[in-house]
Amino acid sequence: MSSVNTKKTELTVRVASIKQVAPAIKEFLLEADNVSLPAYSAGSHVVVLMESDEQESKKIFRNPYSLLSDSDGENSYRIAVRLQDSSRGGSVFMHQSVKEGDRLTIKPPANLFAPYWRAKKHVLFAGGVGITPFMSYLPEMLRRSAEVEMHYMFHSNVTGAYQDELSQMLGDKLHCYDSDQSVRCRIYPVMAAQPIGTHVYICGPESLVKAVQSAADELGWPASAIHYEAFSAPAPGKPFVAELKRTGKRIEVGSDESLLEALEAAEVDIQSSCRGGVCGRCMTPLIDGQADHRDQFLSDDEKARQDCVMPCVSRAQNDKLVLDL
Amino acid sequence: MSVSPKPIQTFRDDFTYTNSDYAIERFPFPFPEDAYRYSVNIESHKMPGVKDSVSEHFHDVDEHYLSEMAERDLVIKHRPSCCITLPHMDLACWDLIDLSMHHLSKDYPEHFSLEKTDDQWVWENRLLGLKDSFTFGDSSTLPLPPLEYIGRQLQGDIALMDQRDNSLFMDAGVVTCPADWSLAFDAGMSFSEWHGPVPFVHSEGIIDRALKFLMAIPQGGATRRLNWTLTINPRMDTSPEVYPDWGKDKTTVTPENVGDKVYLRVEMQVFDRMPRSNALMICIRTYLISMNDLVTNPVWAKRMHRTMQTLPPELVEYKGLTRFHPILVEWLSKYDVE
Ligand code: HEM
Ligand code: FES
Repeated sequence: MSSVNTKKTELTVRVASIKQVAPAIKEFLLEADNVSLPAYSAGSHVVVLMESDEQESKKIFRNPYSLLSDSDGENSYRIAVRLQDSSRGGSVFMHQSVKEGDRLTIKPPANLFAPYWRAKKHVLFAGGVGITPFMSYLPEMLRRSAEVEMHYMFHSNVTGAYQDELSQMLGDKLHCYDSDQSVRCRIYPVMAAQPIGTHVYICGPESLVKAVQSAADELGWPASAIHYEAFSAPAPGKPFVAELKRTGKRIEVGSDESLLEALEAAEVDIQSSCRGGVCGRCMTPLIDGQADHRDQFLSDDEKARQDCVMPCVSRAQNDKLVLDL
Repeated sequence: MSVSPKPIQTFRDDFTYTNSDYAIERFPFPFPEDAYRYSVNIESHKMPGVKDSVSEHFHDVDEHYLSEMAERDLVIKHRPSCCITLPHMDLACWDLIDLSMHHLSKDYPEHFSLEKTDDQWVWENRLLGLKDSFTFGDSSTLPLPPLEYIGRQLQGDIALMDQRDNSLFMDAGVVTCPADWSLAFDAGMSFSEWHGPVPFVHSEGIIDRALKFLMAIPQGGATRRLNWTLTINPRMDTSPEVYPDWGKDKTTVTPENVGDKVYLRVEMQVFDRMPRSNALMICIRTYLISMNDLVTNPVWAKRMHRTMQTLPPELVEYKGLTRFHPILVEWLSKYDVE
């Protein structure tokens, strides 16, 4: 794999240092030469672009990583990457190919997981590498003197980064649970003890999101007080063909790639940000064919109209979609 | 062309406001077609824009700068509720200070300069004779609350929206030249709530789509749209709070004075994402042109007649034009002969 040529809207950064912060998590300090990097808000992520040249077929991975708070003033970003078992996301590239001094191409910060600043209290549930977005929450929450409490679950043989940094910031408001020491978090009592007006944030595996949501349901919390990070790898599906009305291109979409990835591989100019069906950036007009809508952006009415589709997650119900591209 | 603001003119009482030939030439005429309907009329506000146009720079500083800043001072003194910042919006105000000072000092170096040493900033606004040193992010180091401080140096009203619960909330602003809406009334409301009074846009899905678009605006993705109404006399402050001052002007329009009295009021609205706070900013920059000045451009004159003639009655009423609309259409008809 290699890094990718930079477009106007993208930034080139230099990997200033790489640190092992947990057995399977590496932290990358990214710096820009000569230009200043854009500021960012608590909960922001950047997308790192990586090009694989395995098996002739060039494929570009675009992985979103949360920005940790910058410890060294304004002009650097920190991200932390967990080595995943399947290389789909490009974490193998980040862990094995990227060296200090290398250049990476990234997209400027965007935020899909901002804190709800009017909450009376913030309770953060982090699972493993899901600690990352909270690393930018905490300094800003402390600056605003917000009331905050953290429940951090990990396997110390694999994850569990930043415990010292966290305990310095949070003191006894930090609760750690190491599964490899058989210490588990009992979510229901934690939730039941919260005062009215508390907002809860979850970043971690699907099972953690579900556990918190079901406790919240049982306790009668309003859905608007539960926030979770919405990155998810697009689920696989049947292969289909995308026909591009304006350019006449025919693009095969494989079962393990998204429509967006297939369009990008065919060098179609298309915007994206969250790549998880949330932000609306990739919306594309649909001329013919029935989309299997899997996004959270379009309303039910809009989905039923079948006149646009979010290619980052959605697919075809049958074997073809005709797009106005 | 470099700007040099004129000495102060007034937007009230004796109304000494005038437009130069250059200001008329670059006026943002808002009608691309002969018929006007609401739509999601949004375009990119990429910099630099077309040279000499009102969107060449992020903030357009023009010949009316000193007049508008003097008018803003009057309004703030009479009506402090035109500046509101809810406590959770402090960081968003600093985002705006950062954005505006960078753009102004880069785009108009003859008037503005910014020097930064870490978080110690020195800002100079030579047009207003200001030179201030402050610690970025520390509101106690500014002579005024941060939003009022920067708002008093920018042409155009500002509102900062907090993004939460799948909507935008108007949680901060400095609004001294609104087209008949009130920040004090709308503060804390959501996007669909403050757009409540607008006809058509709810049932036609315009508001839902506009909201989704705005919520997805990324950093560096500034966007703009034009909106318009008509105002009698070149009056900037048409707030509901002072309706008694300006509502009665509508009855003063006669076939003889249309050209002097009736002004086309165009808002260039710029939206951008604030980096540190994730708030959405809108800057509503207002331009006024008298009918006499407008009809010096024959293409505008003709189109103005056609859009006014075919304006749906609901819009005539919502925009508050009922009293003088027929007189205006009649007056404009002489510019639309063939
Ligand atoms: C966050 C950004 C925005 C703010 C703060 C805002 C604010 C307002 C306010 C305060 C009004 C006056 C409502 C009243 O009568 O009390 C208004 C009117 C209106 N807004 Fe927005 N607006 C925003 C974005 C948009 C966008 C993106 C559209 C796109 C279609 C839009 C369409 C309209 C229309 C059509 C009207 C009626 C204007 C007229 O006929 O004079 N707004 N807006
Ligand atoms: S990229 Fe965000 S919805 Fe598709």
